[in-house]
Amino acid sequence: MTPLPLPDGLTQQEMDAELAKAEEAARAPAAPTAPYHPPIAYPPYRSTHHRTPHAPLVAVRDPEAVELTGPVFGGTDVTALDHDLTRQHAGEPIGERITVTGRVLDRRGRPVRGQLVELWQANSAGRYAHRLDQHLAPLDPNFTGFGRCLTDDDGTYSFTTVRPGAYPWRNHINAWRPAHLHFSFFGTAFTQRLVTQMYFPGDPLLPHDPVLHSVTDEAARARLVAAYDHGLSVPEWSLGYRWDVVLDGPSATLTEEDHAR
Amino acid sequence: MTPLHAPTPSQTIGPFYGNALPFADGGEIAPRAHPDAITLHGYVYDGAAEPVPDALVEIWQPAPDGSRAGAHGSLRRDPATGRAAGRDGVTFTGFGRVPTDADGHWAVRTLPPGGVPYLSVALFARGLLHHLYTRAYLRDEPADRLLASLDAGRRATLLALPEPPRAYRFDMRLQGEGETVFLGFS
Repeated sequence: MTPLPLPDGLTQQEMDAELAKAEEAARAPAAPTAPYHPPIAYPPYRSTHHRTPHAPLVAVRDPEAVELTGPVFGGTDVTALDHDLTRQHAGEPIGERITVTGRVLDRRGRPVRGQLVELWQANSAGRYAHRLDQHLAPLDPNFTGFGRCLTDDDGTYSFTTVRPGAYPWRNHINAWRPAHLHFSFFGTAFTQRLVTQMYFPGDPLLPHDPVLHSVTDEAARARLVAAYDHGLSVPEWSLGYRWDVVLDGPSATLTEEDHAR
Repeated sequence: MTPLHAPTPSQTIGPFYGNALPFADGGEIAPRAHPDAITLHGYVYDGAAEPVPDALVEIWQPAPDGSRAGAHGSLRRDPATGRAAGRDGVTFTGFGRVPTDADGHWAVRTLPPGGVPYLSVALFARGLLHHLYTRAYLRDEPADRLLASLDAGRRATLLALPEPPRAYRFDMRLQGEGETVFLGFS
């Protein structure tokens, strides 16, 4: 059943009540289990209304499926500086310099090696270098806000960038997105593909954001928030955050392991 | 058996990936001037039958010889300038990525996949909290497990329409009448 769209012009307070209602519904005994991901339709995020399928997904359980393998990337696809978003222009971007690092694992905890990680974000004032972003915050001529790297043998990725600013959007009245980094990950299988967003600990906007709260399970939501890690902070240089990522979905290697048992 | 780690949740790609994810030659999966190259293209529509101008389409497929190993080099970078260098014109990587344009249209040029009648498609957009998977079938194959499991109307949404001599049209409808069959893998 398609949920009804929410009316226009909700206040943040009314939106917060909708977030709580959706979370309550997801906790109900009749709710589907393992809510690791957002539901297909989530009315508080209003863009979902015309864009989410009505029919349930058709389950594919075919050991020969092409999707159990996936694209590969290598040294030609990434240059050594691509992971540093502060060194892509003649000057340095304005903002609080940060490093973000973590490991990419599959569900069995094995590192995803040599795979592509992509990062994109708003600048420190909360504006994307994208012509359709009309937020009245300054663009930074020294910041594009896009980086990429390959994971190492341990599954580790690492980026240097500036902390993005929060920015307004038109989901409801006076709606603001918390500061976030967009990430794209590839696993060993196309089924493990993940596009998601990383948030910053202690951000006062976290309780009010429908996109984050589309993950209705509190523990799952917490996995989108990085940890400040003082050990990763570089003296006189940058503040460090750690964010580990686990890719969902079956893959040829996971399936082989299941068959071997 | 190792207990399974809890996965990281998905979030929407949002509207502003455009200066980051698309890359030069993203839709040019076929080696340059390859005589067997085909074009796969289509429109993405939302539930109000409006074109979706800010979707991102990714393609993954076997090589013509059936290999699913893929190859590096989809998004080559020039190590001197850091700029996108485009594909090398020879290697078949099996991976493509193209944004829809203002009309909701996308296109890739590729080679027919070996061993299977379909290309795998992942669709990302603002408003999708998790990307959607589907398949573009270049021909109807009664023995195909997925096609066989669907009624005729739903099956038709997965069949790319041949546009002779060498193109196929594959529209995707996110919602409502003629809604494309989207897939779940578990």
